[in-house]
Amino acid sequence: MSLAEETSATSMALKNRNLLLGGALTLVFLGAALISFLWVPYDVTQMDIANKIKGPSAAHWLGTDHYGRDILAMIMVGARTSIAVAVVAVGIGMLVGVPLGLWAAARRGSLLDEVIMRGNDLVFAFPSLVIAVMITAAFGPSATNAIIAIGIFNIPVFARITRSGALTLWSRDFILAARVAGKGAARISFEHILPNVLNLLIVQGTIQFSLGILAEAGLSYVGLGAQPPTPSWGRMLADSQTFISFAPHMALFPGLAILLTVLGLNLMGDGLRDIFDPKLRRGRT
Amino acid sequence: MLRYTLTRFLSLCLSLAVASVVIFAAIEVLPGDPASIMLGVNAQPDTLAALRSELGLDQPMVARYFAWVTGLLQGDFGISYTYRTPVAQMIADRLAVSLPLALYALGLTVVIAFPVGIWAASRRGSLGDVSVMGLTQLGVAIPNFWFAMLMVLVFAINLQWFSAGGFAGWDAGLFAVLKSLTLPAVALALPQASILARVMRSALLDTLSEDFIRTARAKGLSRRQALWRHALRNALIPVLTIIGMQFSFLLAGGIIIENVFYLPGLGRLIFQAISARDLVVVESVVMLLVFAVILVNFLVELAYAAVDPRLRAR
Repeated sequence: MSLAEETSATSMALKNRNLLLGGALTLVFLGAALISFLWVPYDVTQMDIANKIKGPSAAHWLGTDHYGRDILAMIMVGARTSIAVAVVAVGIGMLVGVPLGLWAAARRGSLLDEVIMRGNDLVFAFPSLVIAVMITAAFGPSATNAIIAIGIFNIPVFARITRSGALTLWSRDFILAARVAGKGAARISFEHILPNVLNLLIVQGTIQFSLGILAEAGLSYVGLGAQPPTPSWGRMLADSQTFISFAPHMALFPGLAILLTVLGLNLMGDGLRDIFDPKLRRGRT
Repeated sequence: MLRYTLTRFLSLCLSLAVASVVIFAAIEVLPGDPASIMLGVNAQPDTLAALRSELGLDQPMVARYFAWVTGLLQGDFGISYTYRTPVAQMIADRLAVSLPLALYALGLTVVIAFPVGIWAASRRGSLGDVSVMGLTQLGVAIPNFWFAMLMVLVFAINLQWFSAGGFAGWDAGLFAVLKSLTLPAVALALPQASILARVMRSALLDTLSEDFIRTARAKGLSRRQALWRHALRNALIPVLTIIGMQFSFLLAGGIIIENVFYLPGLGRLIFQAISARDLVVVESVVMLLVFAVILVNFLVELAYAAVDPRLRAR
């Protein structure tokens, strides 16, 4: 990227409201998760029955739960769980899916390409939630198994998007030049194709990240995600259900945390796509 | 078209075969012997062996797999380990809740998304368009089980318009059923309607920039007339594809919402079966849901190819 292009991308980023708002929301929750390693208002493993189910107050900004634990502290620590699960699940999807997609594109039309793409279709055809439930049920409910369950469904997403991005590049002159220079398919894929599909991967990564947060919340809501005493947003919602009629704050804040994080990531994904793909921007607005 | 249909059908059969192997293998690694769970820790070894033989658990894994698949093909899903009733009957009972719920949610999705998408596209760039699209962003981001809980608080606990949970049963009449299923259906429909409204809007906007719309406008049609008479029909193709996919998502995605509302559907059945190690029920329900999803995708592809010949050529 030249200096002029870089400057224009930065000014576009600053003008893009979706990106700014989404980025800010994402930073808030990322920041909360990071701060929770150093400081939390109260210990989340400490019960305080005398102060259970209290509404928001000066001492407990977001109130307390049925064990008297501070909801703000639980949300901060819960952010770690949600973010960690989603990040690793996206990581699995990228680490496996991107090389598969690059490989399929490099061997376009071959049996290998066909096998990879049909395999992808098959994973797509499975109702992801049902299979995630099955995996966590088979291997026991835990954050790790939730990561695997969510990660598996990210693989075809990244494989497909990498392949389609790479296919258009393989016919370009600069790739031909690299081939003439004697570079092999693997080297071309990693040195020339990958950097050029990175934009696509970043945008898709943001979207899968937000879907991962929703999936983790869903799985831990039904008891198949992170196990107590590790706080997780979905678990907090499940716990709050019994008390919803007289302590709605217990359900309100963890739900808002999920909503705002997912919204932030989605807006950021939209904003990044606008910047990376100006054609699309013109078409959509 | 025939060749295309046959290829897609073969691919459907292959997908189902692979799916059945994956599901069977995944369930088989579940820890715990169903026979010992059923009989408890004090069971005599000979009683245990007799039950294992009765359930077919003493057979090799491959033999059990083929017995299971053959049964499925004949509509015999086996006998539940815990309830001792035919799984097919249990699934049929639960489908009487899950299927209407999915259809109700799909109906709501379409009823909400179509007007919203069309309205936003016809007022592209206006304050109304921006606000509505902002709301759909919220709809996509909202965890539906949380939205369900908030609706229970407002409409079931405070206003008492709908049931907070449970299913009245079809014998109680349509009104009672609607009272039980409306909140779950709205919770399921909201994120899907938001997605569909966005697809509808962008499909319409894409179509509106096509040459034939310019021709229609040049003929003297107003923008609105061009939208209703020409653009809408063409924009429906991608929209219908998404609706097909959403139906399978609503059927499978109901499993969490059913838990929020304690609805006796497939979702509740699957969780109960997992905790009771009722393998045959888990396998059959998962297989059925996968079958439904693969079948709907297949039908959508066929419908798509029927209206767009370019797809058949691929």
